Amino acid sequence: MEVFFQQLINGVTLGSIYGLIAIGYTMVFGIIGMVNFSHGDVFMVSTFIALIALMVLTTWLGVSSILLALLIVLIIAMVFTSLISWTIERVAYRPLRGSFRLAPLISAIGMSIVLSNFVQVAQGPRNKAIDPILNSVFVLSAAGGYQVTLSYKQILIMVVTVGLLAIFWWVVAKTPLGRAQRACEQDRKMAALLGVDVDRTISITFVMGAALAAVAGTLYLVYYGVVNFSDGFTPGVKAFTAAVLGGIGSLPGAVLGGLLIGLIEVFWSAYFSVEYKDVAAFSILAIVLIFMPQGILGRPDVEKV
Amino acid sequence: MPLDTARAAPSPVARAVKDALFAALVAAGVFGPLLAFKTTQDMQNRLIVEPRWDLLAVVVLLVWAGRFLLSLWQARVRPETTAAIGTHLVWGLIPQSIRLVIRNGLPPAALVALFVYPMMILSLTGGGGALKWIDNFGIQILIYVMLAWGLNIVVGLAGLLDLGYVAFYAVGAYAYALIATKVIPATFPGLGVWAFWICLPIAGILAAFWGVLLGFPVLRLRGDYLAIVTLAFGEIIRLVLINWTDFSNGYEGISTIPRPSFFGIPFNASDTGFAATFGLEFSPVYRTIFLYYVIVCLALLTAWVSNRLRRLPVGRAWEALREDEIACRSLGINTVNTKLTAFAIGAMFGGFAGSFFAARQGFISPESFTFMESAVILAIVVLGGMGSLIGTAIAAVAMIGGTELLRELDWMKAIFGPQFDPVQYRMLIFGFAMVVIMVWKPRGFVSTRMPTAFLKSRRAVSSAHVKEGHG
Repeated sequence: MEVFFQQLINGVTLGSIYGLIAIGYTMVFGIIGMVNFSHGDVFMVSTFIALIALMVLTTWLGVSSILLALLIVLIIAMVFTSLISWTIERVAYRPLRGSFRLAPLISAIGMSIVLSNFVQVAQGPRNKAIDPILNSVFVLSAAGGYQVTLSYKQILIMVVTVGLLAIFWWVVAKTPLGRAQRACEQDRKMAALLGVDVDRTISITFVMGAALAAVAGTLYLVYYGVVNFSDGFTPGVKAFTAAVLGGIGSLPGAVLGGLLIGLIEVFWSAYFSVEYKDVAAFSILAIVLIFMPQGILGRPDVEKV
Repeated sequence: MPLDTARAAPSPVARAVKDALFAALVAAGVFGPLLAFKTTQDMQNRLIVEPRWDLLAVVVLLVWAGRFLLSLWQARVRPETTAAIGTHLVWGLIPQSIRLVIRNGLPPAALVALFVYPMMILSLTGGGGALKWIDNFGIQILIYVMLAWGLNIVVGLAGLLDLGYVAFYAVGAYAYALIATKVIPATFPGLGVWAFWICLPIAGILAAFWGVLLGFPVLRLRGDYLAIVTLAFGEIIRLVLINWTDFSNGYEGISTIPRPSFFGIPFNASDTGFAATFGLEFSPVYRTIFLYYVIVCLALLTAWVSNRLRRLPVGRAWEALREDEIACRSLGINTVNTKLTAFAIGAMFGGFAGSFFAARQGFISPESFTFMESAVILAIVVLGGMGSLIGTAIAAVAMIGGTELLRELDWMKAIFGPQFDPVQYRMLIFGFAMVVIMVWKPRGFVSTRMPTAFLKSRRAVSSAHVKEGHG
């Protein structure tokens, strides 16, 4: 039972990170119907930006309060990652909007190759490890010689995730910007006729997705303490799985899907085998898409002749 | 921007300067964090950050200059023509008759060049350097040409977007490697020299079987969902190959895979070897040349089969499926069989290519079958113009040959210093080229298709009228 609770905590932590990335996939897919293949690598770039910002703040500028440093790192990572994602949309996707369906997909795969190889060339292929931060843990229960712990990191990850999701939900549900986004999602042409700046709305959607991916990237750095240029692909595919599982296009669905994928992965590793945890995640992706393509919270898609 | 011209239009130079400044500012932000600071290990193996402002300044300046020139150029030509100008500039100036000669003469000329290439290289370099040129440029490119033509059956003809094609490549490679290193020595050791020729069809059949196996569950899926599920299947196969060490030897891979023989005559220095049998001096180059012709024949077989299949009912059904699945079904075409044959035949050629790859390398490991390979093959198909065999071959030569050429750029070390290695920019340039070509020509290099059914005369159809399929 103790093992179960410990894995539950770990799974929710990992799931929060997947959920944050998944929102970027689900929003972009909802608004322009495209799988933004480079999103996983945008996440990876954000871990590097966070790493560099943290190093600069702590070693050069001598910021001693780790929470203050992390707050600044989070903001820096969000700003720069958003700018990168905005540029990618502008350069690689916007000229292809309305073109045939495969073109943006290939362009996105190309961008994903560019991002991971750019980081490899600019920062080197080795793992980058930082000294562990926020190491203290709360012992929740120590029955039967097995300690169930909740670390500061995990608390931080859950608090930041919940807080940012609340802000984000408010933006989408209550502001004119969110209304424009929902309008574009339903019918882009009609939204344009009614005075919504569609291009700008799509750009902002990419920026918002990237900002949340940057949050995930910063939290990933804090949680694991190691980043690598090839870390974009697998979390990217898993987050996409989360978005599909929750029902693509649905924001609560993305978070729910992220939590489920995180929990499944952690429990699979704990009770079955660590080696096959990615196989489990990919199999779920395939099974969900085949038997339940609309996901848990999504609307079914009907094709008309 | 019609509104801007309606106002007092600013001079093009002023606008270009403004555009360029904005682009430089964005570039400073985009490249800033990753270029201006380099993370390295210090003496105690701890991570430290070093400033690198000069590199950032160079990149920002380059972006500024590039954007400035692009803006000036765009101001002179109308935006609609900028996309088409590249081809029209060259192609449009050539008279109609010569154009026809080029178009009809290109395939035979390419075929002749293909067959004399090893001889030409051999006579030019005299044996020593020939190995590299035939192997890295000839065989390497032709493997990708064959894979792209195989995938073209699935993506270009049937319109089924497959992002896990490398799985069938892996099935073919492991089928050959395992049968040739484990099964044949244990059962019929005498057949060792014939291993490649026995395993080639087996690998193709196994890959086709896997194509049906993986194709069956995804019959109902369409578009991006199909792409993602096939991607997942490709990754699952790779992860199983990594983790099921009893079967595949995991990350270590399988080594000492027997090399193909010249129809029973091995390529070695012994008295019964190829060189001795034909009275030649022993040289490793003969095997490479033989492998080259094997892959040429395999690739041409792929092209021939897919061209013939287009004229058969099944090929016509594939293209009908790509154009409109619902109409296809209402006209009585069995879409299940149609899709499964496309997966099976596409996979079969992937399996052939895989077993050739294993035979050529002599060593395989799961590292060779990553998602990146699938992406590269799909990119070649789409860049070539989806459905055009010539276009696909051009794309393979440009993308694979182009990146292989980077290995030959050692002279650049003289300019940028000894630690500069052009090879590490290989995939970076590859990805960048994918984006640029898609933005420049979203329909690929050869954007016309030859119909197989026509009324009076055969005329090329612009790919703007060809659907890319839902599946």
